[in-house]
Amino acid sequence: MGGVIGGRLLANPEPIAVSANTVEFFSSFGITRQTGLMPKELYNWQALLSLKGFLLMIVGGFMVGFGTRYAQGCTSGHGILGLSALQWASLVATASFFAGGILFSHFILPHILSL
Amino acid sequence: MKNIGYLLVGVAFGLALTKGEAISWYRIQEMFRFESFHMFGIFMTAIPIGAFSIYMLKKFDVKTMEGQPIEDPKKNFHPGIILGSLIFGFGWALTGACPGPLYAQIGSGSVVTIVTLLSALMGTWAFGRVEHLLPGKSIIHFNSRK
Repeated sequence: MGGVIGGRLLANPEPIAVSANTVEFFSSFGITRQTGLMPKELYNWQALLSLKGFLLMIVGGFMVGFGTRYAQGCTSGHGILGLSALQWASLVATASFFAGGILFSHFILPHILSL
Repeated sequence: MKNIGYLLVGVAFGLALTKGEAISWYRIQEMFRFESFHMFGIFMTAIPIGAFSIYMLKKFDVKTMEGQPIEDPKKNFHPGIILGSLIFGFGWALTGACPGPLYAQIGSGSVVTIVTLLSALMGTWAFGRVEHLLPGKSIIHFNSRK
């Protein structure tokens, strides 16, 4: 419901003001900056039938669910709540979330986007 | 009455994630590429406020809506946290979302993200099935803690 209010009723009519470097990098994969929060070229019903869409949505979603339970928490649970409560395990988890995401974004995602 | 409380907190959380653009695929990619301060600013604001909130809840001995004491969020360490977190990080980079934002992405208009959400639920189910085979497992005993 918060998403509906924030993303629809109070939606930002402009494309998200991400940095020029990010825009340039993704436009080289045909991902243009649009209004809304998700690039529609990648996340749509037709794309589900392609390998790229399958990896981005189905495999990605699976990893989020599986990883969250294995790590016993998510970005909010470990990254914000756990760190707020000065939990050592959460610091390890948050560092690992970022390590995974950074490695993936730099070395693997570009290959998936060029599929 | 209690459910209305949950609803309001959930709406506020979803609204903050959406308007803060923390559920934006573009923002997540930008964060992983270190091309903007935006997301780091959100974390660096949220964590001290969270810590302050926990401190205040304790100081004034605030009770839950059922009148129960609020327990410290205790996270026990086990090696599986590292493996699980890496898998989570890969999924985060792929989908541009972690569990909470999946719901908010759907609400904000990306209806196809329902598929990602279902897949994430499959992931949690699969974890339950293979948990006994994984290294560094078995921890969550939130309820056993007194």
